[in-house]
Formats: sequence, C-alpha cells, structure tokens
Amino acid sequence: MTLQDIVLVLASALRLSTPLLLACLAGLYSERAGIFNIGLEGKMLAAAFAAAVVATTTSSVLLGLIAGIITAVFFSLVHGFASITQRGNQIVSGVAINTLVIGLTAVLGNAWFREGGRTPPLPASVRFQPIELPFARAIREVPVLGPVYSDLLSGHYLFVYLAIAAVPFTAFVLGQTRFGLRLRAVGENPAAVDTAGVSVERMRDLALVCCGVLCGLAGTYMSTAQSASFVTEMTAGKGFIALAALIFAKWRPWGAMGACLLFGVLDAIAIRLEGATLPIVGQVPVQAIQALPYLLTVILLAGFIGRAIPPKAGGVPYVKERR
Amino acid sequence: MSSAPKELPHWVDVVLVPAASVATAFVAAGLVVLAIGENPLEALQILLRGALGSGEGVGFTLYYATNFIFTGLAVAVAFHAGLFNIGGEGQAYLGGLGAALIALAFDSSLPAIILLPLAVIASAAFGALWAFVPAWLQAKRDSHIVITTIMFNFLAATLMVYLLAGPLKPLGSMAPDTRGFTAAAQLPTIKGVLVLFGATIPSSPLNLTFFLALLAAAFVWLLIWRSRLGYEIRAFGHNPAAAAYAGISATRITIITLLISGALAGLMASNEILGVHHRLSLGFVSGYGFVGIAVALMGRSHPVGVVLASLLFGVLYQGGAELAFEKPAITRDMIVVIQGLVILFAGALERQFRAPLTALFGRRPSRAETQAATS
Repeated sequence: MTLQDIVLVLASALRLSTPLLLACLAGLYSERAGIFNIGLEGKMLAAAFAAAVVATTTSSVLLGLIAGIITAVFFSLVHGFASITQRGNQIVSGVAINTLVIGLTAVLGNAWFREGGRTPPLPASVRFQPIELPFARAIREVPVLGPVYSDLLSGHYLFVYLAIAAVPFTAFVLGQTRFGLRLRAVGENPAAVDTAGVSVERMRDLALVCCGVLCGLAGTYMSTAQSASFVTEMTAGKGFIALAALIFAKWRPWGAMGACLLFGVLDAIAIRLEGATLPIVGQVPVQAIQALPYLLTVILLAGFIGRAIPPKAGGVPYVKERR
Repeated sequence: MSSAPKELPHWVDVVLVPAASVATAFVAAGLVVLAIGENPLEALQILLRGALGSGEGVGFTLYYATNFIFTGLAVAVAFHAGLFNIGGEGQAYLGGLGAALIALAFDSSLPAIILLPLAVIASAAFGALWAFVPAWLQAKRDSHIVITTIMFNFLAATLMVYLLAGPLKPLGSMAPDTRGFTAAAQLPTIKGVLVLFGATIPSSPLNLTFFLALLAAAFVWLLIWRSRLGYEIRAFGHNPAAAAYAGISATRITIITLLISGALAGLMASNEILGVHHRLSLGFVSGYGFVGIAVALMGRSHPVGVVLASLLFGVLYQGGAELAFEKPAITRDMIVVIQGLVILFAGALERQFRAPLTALFGRRPSRAETQAATS
C-alpha cells in the first residue's frame, strides 16, 4: 500500500462517513433531550427524496436543499407530535416513520417520474460540486503534505466540511450554552427543568427541529451531491449505523466523529477489498468487514468495552406532576 | 375532590379504538392514492376483487396471512413482557437457514414424514437462537433490546449474503440460492391435500403451514392467558418491579419470552422455504418480519386480533399485487405506506383515538362501585 492508496481510502472514508456523521449528530440532539430516535433512517430518506424531486423540477439545487431540510424537520415534528404531545411510544413512532417514508418515496417517485422510483439524473449544474480548498493545486507536488492536503482534505462537497464543522459546533452548543444545558437536562431530569419554569415539551420539540435539520442535510447530500438522483431505499441502513455510532460515541459529539470516521473507514476498506485477494487471508469475505459496525455496537452495548449509558430520561414521555 | 376518571367500556377498547385508528390509516392512504391522480374507491374495488374475488386470490391471501400470523405473534408475545422485538426480520431469515440446512442435509435420506417436522422445528430453533443473544444481553447486561435486535437484523442479512454467495451456493450457479430441495422436503399444499379427498381448489402457494400458524395462535392464547408462565410474562410486562417482589425472575422471563418470540418469527420461514420456494434464497423474508409490528399493534397483541390483522394484510398484499398490475401508478409500495400509517395511528398515536372515544362512550364508575373498590 502506497501513500496514494491510503490517501484515497481515507478520502473515500471521509465522503462515506459524512451522512453517518450528520445523522449521528441529529440523533445526538434528539436522544440527549430524551427522545429515542429510530426514525433517523426515514428522515434521511425523506430528505433525499424531497431534495432530488425539488432540484430536478426547479433546476435549483439550493431549493432542493431547503426542501430536504423542511421535509426532514416535518417528519421530525411528526415524531415529536406522536411521542411528546401524544406521549406515544417513541420506538413505535420511529418505526412508523421509517416504514411510511420507504413506502411514500417509492409510490410518489414512481407515480411522478415513472422510472421505478428513481428520480431523473441531475445535470452537473443542479448538483453540489466539490469544493477545492485554496492552494490545493499549487502544493499537490509537495511530498506527503501535497497529497494529504490536495487529495484527502480538499475537493469534497460542502456537506463534508459542514458535517465536520457541526462537531465542534454541537459540542459548544450542548456544553457551553444555556440552550444546550437545558436540552441535556431535559434528557436527564425533565422534572428539574420543569420546576425551573422551562417547558419540557418545547425543549424536546426544539431538539427535534435540530435533529430534522441535520437529517435534512444528510439526505440532501446523498441524492444531490454523492449521487445525482434519488433511488428507492438509497439510505440502505445508514440511519441505523448512525444510531450505532451514537451509542459507540456514548452520546458525545467528538465521539460521534470518531465512531462515524471509523465506520466510514471500514466501509471504504470493504469497497476497496471487494473481490481482492490478500496474502495469507486469501479471498476477503467483505461481509465480515461490513458486519463489523453492527458487531462492535453489540459488543459495546454488552458492556465489554466500556459502558454506554444512555440519557436517563430517554424514551419516557414527560408527564407533569407524576411521581 | 375530583370525580374518578372516565373508564372506557371494554368493547370500545378492543373494537372501536383499533377500528378507528385503522380506518384513519386507510383514509390517509386514500389521500395518497388521490394525490397521484387515481381514484381510491376504484383502487379499493380492484384490491378487494384481486384478494377475495377468486379462489386463487383467496389462496394467495391466506398464504400471505400465514407469514404475518407468525411474525405478528412474535411481536405480540414480546409486547406482553413489555419488550419490543424488532428483530423478527432477522430471526425469520435465520429460521430459513435452519429449515434449509436440515432439508439440504437429509432430503435424499429421510422420508418426508420425519424430515418435514424436523425442518419445521429447525426453523423455530434457529429463529430462537438468533433472538437468544439479544435476549441474554437484555436480561443480563441491560443492553436495549431494540438496538440489539436491529443490529442482529443487519448481521443476519450480511451472514446470509456471505453464505448464499459462497458456501451454500451450488457450484457453477450464479443466482444467490441454494439448490432446490427434493420432494421429501416440500410441505404439501392445501390443494395437494384436498386432492387426496377428491376435492379440487384453484392452485396457490397456500400450504399446511397455514394450519400451523393457527395452531401457533391458539398456543399463544393458552400461553399468555391460561398458563403460569403467561401470567408471569404479563405481570412482568405490566410492572417489572412488582413482578420482582412476587418472586418472578426478570432474567428468566425476558429470555424465555424472547426465545418464544424468536421461534415464532423463525417458523415464518417454514411457510416460505418448505412450503413455497423449496430452496433458500437471498432476501426471502422481504419485510414480512416488519409487517409483524403493524399486525401486532393492530391486533392489540391478542392472538385473535393478530389473526384478523394478518388476514387484512394478506388481503392488502394479494390485492396490492393485482392493483399494481391493473394500475401501474399504484405500485406494491402502497402496502408499505399503509403499513407505516397503521403503525403510526394504531401504535404511536393510539391515545389520540382513545381520548375522544372516552369522551363519547366513557362512563364514570358509580359511587357504590368506587366505594366498594376502595373499602
């Protein structure tokens, strides 16, 4: 393996981990506020669909982005209505959203475009384009630093940088602001927040809006940047891997980045090794690498490598004055 | 002193609440049909005709319902213990592996009368086995069952891709399937059985597993409401703390309940693998495990409710196929929409239907009843 190979695998890992990281942070806002969110997958898928449909009909990728975000926020609030306002089961509500969105996007996509649920491919002018960082071309020839800067760090889509920037931002918001403190408190001890005169329901709804915005970014990235159209079930379980990453990260922003990058690297390696034969190992069972994120999460949940302790009030609707 | 809260009469609770939520789901689905420019009433007509209008249609409807009875019961049993087994999909997948391994190993050496029961048992055993690790982790290490079963669904999927792309695939074959089973490992169809008695019905994949599903429903009823274990399961589901005081072991109940749940989900594979396809193929579960969630919620975790809800979903699956054929704009994905809406309205938003119905039908216990209850 040369440096070039490593740079290429890592750059691909960065691209692959972006939707994971956005969705994982989305889940973080929601779960730290005490709302279990199995519906990340569905919200991403809905956003991917809305973004592709609006971008292709209006020929504006920006409108697509806005549509993606609005759609994801809408489904996030459906989850909120069911599980906060109506105090329904948060897991059931998440499953409902996932199922509903898989069906709706397929039915509507097929009815509108008649291509088996796929949206028409977006021309380059209505897609997000990779961003070249300053001097990337100039220093490409510099040994080591050149390829690392020009090929690994430069030349990604806006979303890749947004996702990375969202990590310190989230860490700051949750750790250093009044909003973040209240959000975390609502997930740990809602009664205390209520006593302080802050509406628990409103805080949780706000957390779900944050969650929706991030899911919207993740979905839009998948259908208008990473690929050029929406395909049915294109999220392919990424929402669940993000959920796994969230547990892996023990519900912390920097941990989320580490976990998502790790899963992204595994994914990139699996793609690279597809069909390849290695010395000693022989034909690589790619499935073994693909299974790793799930396996690692189960092992972590079992408490064999550290303990993942979820927010205390997670999954429980808040009822005033209940003892 | 405020008066006692209104109580919902039992029949409203078991009939009207689910009926109202399912009706809402269908109205919402009708709006989707309207939105894509088709007539929902016409669609409903085609759907019903496709599912119930011919003997063949009824056969297919019951065949689909068989799958849903199993996966629905699997979810329902776990619900009684307050556990959400979302892993029916993976457990059914592994159930298929169990049935297929037995069939492949013995279909040229054992007679059907021994082989078939063995294969059916293997499907249940493998389903239970796949539920065991999440069950053990939930009981012993307090790992959330929902997350672990989701992970196990994905693990099952990758395991099967590995097995069917390599070890289980016959040499020289391109398709991700095992070889076909011989006749000894094929469950008789209902048509085949009736022919022995001189009766003929139109052909359909409906096979003996249908009766096994009904038996399973009866078994679940006996288990939950007529056995000591069922009592413990319900007590644990209602109030784990009180159950612990009553000497009910949380570990034992959690593991046993989830093993039963996994076994029921695994049995679904018997219908598909031994009854219809006669080979193990990639992705044969195709979402039937997830339908079980909608079925259990709609059937309110009661075996009778589960069977009725399964029949409804059977109608949707068979009629939906017919509908997609006649109206290409309404693809079979419409069923998934309805499934999602049912989970939303009958599951997550159930309270919303309960409140107005309580206002309408609820009655306060009379003073005498309240006093009798408190004294």
